Amino acid sequence: MTRDDTGERRGPVSLLTIEDVWKDYHGTSVLRGIDLSVEAHEVVCLIGASGSGKSTLLRCVNLLETVDDGAIYLDGAEITDVRVDPDDVRRRMGIVFQAFNLFPHMTVLDNITLAPRKVHGTGRARAEEEARDLLARFGLADKAGAYPDRLSGGQQQRVAIIRALATRPRLMLLDEVTSALDPALVTEVLGIIRELKEGGMTMILTTHEMGFCREIADTVCFLDGGVLLERGTPEQIFTDPREPRTRQFLKSVLDARRL
Amino acid sequence: MSGATRVKSDRQLQRERLRRTRAVRSGTVATVSTIVFLGAAAAVVTRSPGWPRVQDSFFDPEAFARAWPDVLDGFWTNVQIFLIAEPLILLLGLLVALARNLRAPVFFPLRALAVAYTDVFRGVPTLLVILLVGFGVPALNLQGAPRDEVTLGVIALTLAYGAYVAEVFRAGIDSVHPSQRAAARSLGLSHGKTMRYVVLPQAWRRVVPPLLNDFVSLQKDTALVSTIGVIEALRQAQIYAASKFNYTPYLAAALLFVLLTIPMARFTDYLAARSQRRRGQ
Repeated sequence: MTRDDTGERRGPVSLLTIEDVWKDYHGTSVLRGIDLSVEAHEVVCLIGASGSGKSTLLRCVNLLETVDDGAIYLDGAEITDVRVDPDDVRRRMGIVFQAFNLFPHMTVLDNITLAPRKVHGTGRARAEEEARDLLARFGLADKAGAYPDRLSGGQQQRVAIIRALATRPRLMLLDEVTSALDPALVTEVLGIIRELKEGGMTMILTTHEMGFCREIADTVCFLDGGVLLERGTPEQIFTDPREPRTRQFLKSVLDARRL
Repeated sequence: MSGATRVKSDRQLQRERLRRTRAVRSGTVATVSTIVFLGAAAAVVTRSPGWPRVQDSFFDPEAFARAWPDVLDGFWTNVQIFLIAEPLILLLGLLVALARNLRAPVFFPLRALAVAYTDVFRGVPTLLVILLVGFGVPALNLQGAPRDEVTLGVIALTLAYGAYVAEVFRAGIDSVHPSQRAAARSLGLSHGKTMRYVVLPQAWRRVVPPLLNDFVSLQKDTALVSTIGVIEALRQAQIYAASKFNYTPYLAAALLFVLLTIPMARFTDYLAARSQRRRGQ
């Protein structure tokens, strides 16, 4: 623990610190005392079977779920404090879901500029300029005026990521962003994440794409039954996992790929 | 390390304490602001220049007590009309909605009739429908045509509200995604079976809140049948009001209608909240 009896935190401050976080649903714990810290510019990849608690952990960090014990700190300040305004916290991070959740009644440009304009108070002209820059950077310049239902799944998900980026978040949370896409479209979404890493974005992502995880992650965490069972570099986790459960999980994923 | 028996940390206990304190504080704020608001509203009303006269003619306890038994008795008629009309309206509305959904060319007359019916009865004011049916049907002198005012009132209300309810049903049916229909038809289910087993069960869930809204409205509109001579709550109140030039009996009738509609409104809210929760999961 990096905390003494008075609750003061010691030592260097990580960008995000998750401390002994528990989450219960209907009497069972889906997170059982998660400890994890994420440094600036670090890319952390959460792997594990469905129901292992990966998504719940991301939702807790975004305060979409309230933790049932433990605490989460962003830039050294506790965000799980009851007195903290969740909107204030969410303003500083972006989250992207498996189902893109674009607003169907708005154009791509309006989807992207909504939060900058209505939450961050950016003027329309500047917000749109920045949105167009982002769209151009990720190869979607010609889609600014399109409505989401005119886009492919991969394009929609890229717009969703750009929408989260438009508020200049400190931290990006990506929850299985490629799981709803067919393989041909996965590549373009992974490309955008690769670019984000090159730009120094701090990210926590959950994914079933083990190859991508191995390539992009600085740290890989294996969750099993709500416990962070093993964490290490991609090299270590994928070539020499210590825990039998990790080995078993990776083997099952590999077997599935071979079919 | 089972979740149920785990010991909460001091941090969590303190967090929960803080949450409770805040809940109590919000409760207190809500209570105080409600009292202040009601107090202010009451002050404005009771200080108005006409208040003493209004108090005499609308808030006379004696007149209230005198009229109450008869108004209550009349209100029972409203409840009866409502209870009989409601299932009839549901049935009529559903049939009309289904008729509008028939696509086969043979059924064109039926479909046209359904369209004409909804157009006409949604357009004509309910009060007019009641007057037309209430005085028009008996005047026909048809063999077997009802002459009883309550029956005529029920028929009129059913015709008027059936048109609204048909539209609610139709919106519900249309809101079920076409892929559901395609999936059912691809399994070999006929149009009717697709409707019955796949579309209507899903549509039903969505139309319940707007339907209940229409029924709250119907509960009040049962008072309109007083115009064709049914002695119900409003008519009873009118009789008392006219004999003593005191309007308190109207208040008694209003109170009864509110008492009936409020539980219905809360039930609607409850259903809406429940479907919201289900969708959230």
